[in-house]
Amino acid sequence: MSTTTSSGTFAPDPGAAPLGRMLAAQTGLEVRMVLRNGEQLLLTVVIPVLVLTVFGSVEVMDLGNRAARVDFLVPGVLALAVMSTAFTGLAIGTGFERRYGALKRLGASPLPRGALLSAKGLSVLTIEALQVVLLGTVAQLMGWDPRGSWLAVLLLVLAGTAAFASLALLMAGTLRAEATLAAANLVYLLFLVSGGIAVPLDRFPDAARPFLDALPAGALSEGLRVVLRDGHPMPWWSVGVLVGWAAVGGVLAARTFRWE
Amino acid sequence: MPTPPAVEVVDLVKRYGLTAAVDGLTLQVAAGTITAVLGPNGAGKTTTVETCEGYRRPDSGTVRVLGMDPWTDARALRPRVGVMLQQGGVYPGVKAEEMLRHVASLHAHPLDVPALVERLGLGAAGRTTYRRLSGGQQQRLSLAMAVVGRPELVFLDEPTAGLDPQARRATWELVEALRHDGVTVVLTTHFMDEAERLADEVVVVDHGRVIAVGTPGELTAAGAGGSLRFDGPPGLDVAGLAAALPAASRVDEVAPGRYVVHGDVDTHLLADLTRWCADREVMPEGLTVGRRSLEDVFLDLTGSDLRA
Repeated sequence: MSTTTSSGTFAPDPGAAPLGRMLAAQTGLEVRMVLRNGEQLLLTVVIPVLVLTVFGSVEVMDLGNRAARVDFLVPGVLALAVMSTAFTGLAIGTGFERRYGALKRLGASPLPRGALLSAKGLSVLTIEALQVVLLGTVAQLMGWDPRGSWLAVLLLVLAGTAAFASLALLMAGTLRAEATLAAANLVYLLFLVSGGIAVPLDRFPDAARPFLDALPAGALSEGLRVVLRDGHPMPWWSVGVLVGWAAVGGVLAARTFRWE
Repeated sequence: MPTPPAVEVVDLVKRYGLTAAVDGLTLQVAAGTITAVLGPNGAGKTTTVETCEGYRRPDSGTVRVLGMDPWTDARALRPRVGVMLQQGGVYPGVKAEEMLRHVASLHAHPLDVPALVERLGLGAAGRTTYRRLSGGQQQRLSLAMAVVGRPELVFLDEPTAGLDPQARRATWELVEALRHDGVTVVLTTHFMDEAERLADEVVVVDHGRVIAVGTPGELTAAGAGGSLRFDGPPGLDVAGLAAALPAASRVDEVAPGRYVVHGDVDTHLLADLTRWCADREVMPEGLTVGRRSLEDVFLDLTGSDLRA
């Protein structure tokens, strides 16, 4: 400011922080908010671990011996973990941020909207990495024996995250916060049951299969399963389904998202 | 060279559906001043300010903030403009000081956060999550967020709504310190005393239009000497009182127990008034002659009470 000679506390000296610093600050804040949120940890950590340990230890369904059960369950639980963070957690969190005007206020800050969305994406991936480490450790203790290419797993997780996150933002950007809360939890439950996570998709009627396979939960859990259990190099069909959902959800979310 | 205005709004129209929230509003804010946009709820204050902040696109008219278009030049403008929303603006699960630090980290040369927390009396609330703060603490945090980035211009939307008297005074002092240090302040309020105390210029808005502009002195001086006000028991016979006063006097009970006399206010009128009151054993408390308050101005202009 050259127009003022004052040098008081509030003397103007505006400027945006470097983009990298803003992105790091926003990502850090988003991660801390998730880790501090008890209800969200229930969905992202407690339920996946419970599904893995209970369904893995007790023979609830005929999934073969214990090793076969674990090999079936781990990919599904990883898909559940991705869904809980990228869809349910992101939708509910974003819904309430809208309701409290936090997104509106940040919209007036130097943080560009693209950087805000990137920070949300990075935060989701950070939480997912923590989930994978935790669930992988529990699975190892239960004798899990993964196969396949980690590159394929990474690609599936990224495509699944993009699909779920775009649907989460579509929901959170249009519905009221309470409606998002209810709907996101309902979808979590439906996907848990019908997404090939704890119940194999081949137990459903044949007529329902194409539909269930085309849902993002089914595509992600089956994709991870054919890689991690069956050693398939790259299930392009699953990747394609997830990318398709990400594209449709992303376009709709970009068109309909309301920041306040 | 004269300094260009910090904010220039010309013929702004903003409609929501069929209703025009802002209906041809024009105002100018000189750099380095405090401007109060005063008006009742629903007058269009927030819509005007939010259009200046780049949240809304004008249906017609032009808005220039620091010489730029807040809609198309938003990215360049955002670091230079501080914003205090009327409500909210903070993540519900984030602590007060954490949020302030976060906003500071988005700016290149932010203020010292602990000092600002101290100044606004938020020290005790620093480790409390936003949703557990009192309304007044939420307001002060929101104010702190508006100034922490060392902006050239701040928009404060009802900065003292819901504050207790001490917090209100602390906010006033901060706003005055901003002006002293060269920051332009635009605030909305429906408190007359706030506008009178703080503002260099008052813009009175009603039904989406500017109905009067001026310094508090200019606004209250118009018609000075032509009015007299006092408080008494509600329901006095105003017609009877007017009849007892010199011709062409008018008496209104502008609020229960608050009376304004318009007319040729001189010693005779005053004597007639006090005699009329004495006959009825009414004590005309707070009797003031001549100088109008902004409230009178507002009543004269709109014919309505401030709908607070």
